[in-house]
Amino acid sequence: MKYAILIHEPKSDFAKRTGPDAPAYWAGWMAYTQAVQQAGVMVGGAGLEPPDTATTLRSTNGKRVIHDGPYADSKEQLGGFYLIEVPSLDEALDWAAKCPAAGSGSVEVRAVLPPPPSAS
Amino acid sequence: MGAENSNAEVEVVVRDSYGRLLAWLSTRTRDIASAEDALSGALVAALEKWPIDGVPTAPVAWLLTAARRRLLDDSRNESRRLAILQELAHLPDDSTQTEVAEFPDERIKLMLVCAHEALDPALHAALMLQTVLGLEASEIARAYVVSPTTMAQQLVRAKQKLRVAGVSFDFPGPVRLAARLPALLAAIYAAYSTSWDAGVETDHRLAELASEAVLLARFVVKALPTEPEARGLLALLLFSHASRVARFTTAGEFVPLAEQDVNLWDNTLIAEADQHLVTAAASQAPGRFQLEAAIQSAHCDRRRTGETVWEAIIQLYDALLSLEFRLGAAVSRAAAIGEANGSSAGLAALDELPLDRCRNYQPYWATRAHLLKRSGHMTEATVCFTTAIGMTEDPRVRDYLKRSLDIELRADDI
Repeated sequence: MKYAILIHEPKSDFAKRTGPDAPAYWAGWMAYTQAVQQAGVMVGGAGLEPPDTATTLRSTNGKRVIHDGPYADSKEQLGGFYLIEVPSLDEALDWAAKCPAAGSGSVEVRAVLPPPPSAS
Repeated sequence: MGAENSNAEVEVVVRDSYGRLLAWLSTRTRDIASAEDALSGALVAALEKWPIDGVPTAPVAWLLTAARRRLLDDSRNESRRLAILQELAHLPDDSTQTEVAEFPDERIKLMLVCAHEALDPALHAALMLQTVLGLEASEIARAYVVSPTTMAQQLVRAKQKLRVAGVSFDFPGPVRLAARLPALLAAIYAAYSTSWDAGVETDHRLAELASEAVLLARFVVKALPTEPEARGLLALLLFSHASRVARFTTAGEFVPLAEQDVNLWDNTLIAEADQHLVTAAASQAPGRFQLEAAIQSAHCDRRRTGETVWEAIIQLYDALLSLEFRLGAAVSRAAAIGEANGSSAGLAALDELPLDRCRNYQPYWATRAHLLKRSGHMTEATVCFTTAIGMTEDPRVRDYLKRSLDIELRADDI
């Protein structure tokens, strides 16, 4: 099964991306990504620019309403995601537990929606 | 063969094999809800056909074949259908011989799925009662004092999550098993405790819930005979179950353990519990349930000796608390110290507990009240009794505390 590992990081983690903490921060992610790849479970994924660079759009009666910032102002924000393929939720949770953000933020695991019946 | 006989026959087959059939089907489809639908469809078909054609020689195999056919028909999605076909193909086709005795018992897999960490622990036991024992959501709801609709919705949602999130129904490896077993045992223990905690009006069905919990604990021991904590849990439940009759007088008055009439305890259950405890102890891996069972076993020794060896009980509580701090165990330890070394020693043990956690804990106030009463501190005891009474849900225990308070007030008058 395919799973998305959604990485929710606190502000303090986003801050570590630059400055004195950056080497340690990135080393953690590099090592994790390498481990996921070497295990042969990596399907895809991406890191995301910080939430204050996000632009959120809603359409009301055909009119665009754009707002500067992420969709919700919460303590933790989406920092990136991995797509992995493993046999079951147990293995997906194992990978989530190894993710560097598990200790500082939270890691959400969701199964990827199978293609709708009409598409198959 | 009359319809009535067939209904009775279906009931017997269902009672013995529902959980087994559901476990077999759902571990192959990874989908509890569809397996339940298929199985209940097969049961309806049995109720229609058996009165006419007679009960088949292998009723369980008949049900399995019928349920399997339904599962295949119902899986509209072609890719899913192929996957299920492959999984279900391993069944000896249209078997007429596979009966319960030879039929693989895979209920432990289903139970471990029900206790998966991806589900709210509050739902673990409810899900087990429904899937493994075939209880209706409404019956489970009554035991847990929630509305049947709420319970049904929660169970549907839990099963949906297990399917969509892709939880594995395979028997876990040793590391995962070690991680998941405590949740499984805790869920069974919680189901049993629920049956103790409730009030008079729910008595009957809760007594049934207690028996169902014992049954679940038995399944775990049967499937995992070398897990000492599984036996510890079963022993603990059997000890508690053995004294259930002595817990209340015929007039419905609550009797605390130390004052119970030992002749009312069920000796067969106690002997069985002791046996499990001995077997578990051989593994030399003590755990919470084994120690709690050992405490119950020590209380049961009063049958033979006529007195309770409180020192031994205190030692067991010490061992229990060294594993993990539990307020309930700490309060019971203080009560035991009060018995062994006098009320002031018991009160001193209570004073060591974190007051902020004790403030809303009924056993703390009840224990404190009894210890104060015995040491002659009537005014303080009255305050504690009143607090304890105000926190008690079970009217029978409330009445017991009121009686203890009344006796004390009368003693005060003299």
